[in-house]
Amino acid sequence: MTTDTTSTSGGNTAALIFAWVWVGIPLAWGVWVTIGNAARLFAK
Amino acid sequence: MATILDRSHSVGGPGFNRWLVPPAALCIHLCIGQVYAFSVFNKPLAQLLCAAQAACPPAAAKVISTTPGDWTIPSLTWIFSLAIVFLGLSAAVFGRWVEAAGPRAAMFASASLFCGGLLVGGLGVSLHVLPLVFLGYGVIGGCGLGIGYISPVSTLIKWFPDRPGLATGTAIMGFGGGALIGAPLAVNLMKYYSSPTSNGVAPTMWTMAVIYFIFMLVGVFLVRVPAPGWKPAGFVASAAQALVTTRNVLVGEAIKTPQFWLLWAVLFLNVTAGIGILQQASLMVQDMFGVAVAAATGFVGLLSLFNMGGRIFWASLSDFLGRKRTYMIFFGLGAILYALIPWTKNIGSLGLFVAICCIILTMYGGGFATIPAYLRDMFGTAQVGAIHGVLLTAWSCAGVAGPVLVNYIRQHQIDNGVPKADAYSVTMYIMVALLVVGFICNYLVKPVADKYYATNLQEATV
Repeated sequence: MTTDTTSTSGGNTAALIFAWVWVGIPLAWGVWVTIGNAARLFAK
Repeated sequence: MATILDRSHSVGGPGFNRWLVPPAALCIHLCIGQVYAFSVFNKPLAQLLCAAQAACPPAAAKVISTTPGDWTIPSLTWIFSLAIVFLGLSAAVFGRWVEAAGPRAAMFASASLFCGGLLVGGLGVSLHVLPLVFLGYGVIGGCGLGIGYISPVSTLIKWFPDRPGLATGTAIMGFGGGALIGAPLAVNLMKYYSSPTSNGVAPTMWTMAVIYFIFMLVGVFLVRVPAPGWKPAGFVASAAQALVTTRNVLVGEAIKTPQFWLLWAVLFLNVTAGIGILQQASLMVQDMFGVAVAAATGFVGLLSLFNMGGRIFWASLSDFLGRKRTYMIFFGLGAILYALIPWTKNIGSLGLFVAICCIILTMYGGGFATIPAYLRDMFGTAQVGAIHGVLLTAWSCAGVAGPVLVNYIRQHQIDNGVPKADAYSVTMYIMVALLVVGFICNYLVKPVADKYYATNLQEATV
């Protein structure tokens, strides 16, 4: 039985940051644009 | 290339951080989730010929195009429907291959098919041949959707046996989030490529194919499968809960169990009810509260946001509540909220209407995101991806049945003299009935009988 922790080596940490930034930036942009459009619903 | 994609070449070594796998899955799901935003192409696609002649009606006009030969909106809605149908079919047909080949090969196949579908679809647009768009985006792209949707599920469940809901919820959240990115990306690209004689749809589809392919390739190379027998430090599989098995049912046996078909009905009913809101959201808020078209579009975007958020929220919560209880909430609370929608119109509360719809949409998304973990609980991890693939035919069926049901009921009401603002009440009450049936189906889910479990020998040969 193999066990492993979620500890990281240096390269792994860089990859982890890159991976989450890679998916996070477009997702944050999409959420931002959507909230901007949704604000029109309650605009007077 | 084939070697790099092999399952044997993608085993996570010692020290590999399992939190790299969710973003790998998100690379795929954020792209294929673009399908939810395909409707942004509908109006431009219906105006290709009039745009070429610089003879389109003004943007604010209700008429879309009067140029002979331009495609109609009803014919264009088939592109989305075909994509969803082929999503379910390909997930069901290729589920076993995805399990055998591993996530890397499956993700690469998904990227190739989905982006290839966009390229072929764009070619169909530039040549103005609708069947080519159906083939490209609907059939080829739809197969990319199905393979991509299930490709990381089984891997995530194996990396996160302690939090399967959170893991699969993160990936499937990406499918909901794909629309939030796909819609503004397409709109901005069409603006960039538009000229006095073109609305820029074809180059937009080609550019998106390239962008998405690169984005998805990052996921292909990030993903890893755990070594056989791997488990997180300190994790002990618990069989204390009656509805969580530590054994495995193979896909061929799983589809013979009543539990599989009860869960099929659970997903079908949850999706059908959600579509009841999603399909009519823009029209509902306009007819019931008199808001402008632009604001109604913002409302649909808001629902997408809650659809996405609900996926990770409910799936994560299900790790603590249990899957059965979570679906009890979806169906129980959902039925109450649907029944309240006509009342919000009676009291004229737009805010309450929006709040109720947003909560309902979290449960629609949550239903999608929690089902892989439910399947894992019932059937084990050995072939959960393949079983999930077959179960997704429920989505295909709901994707066709839901819109037909809600549109028919609404039209029938209006044809019988019911004012537009009141025409949604009957639809909502029918959705309540569907949710009650779903509640009963979920209630009937019991542990799988012993005869369906695989023997050690059968598992070894998979």
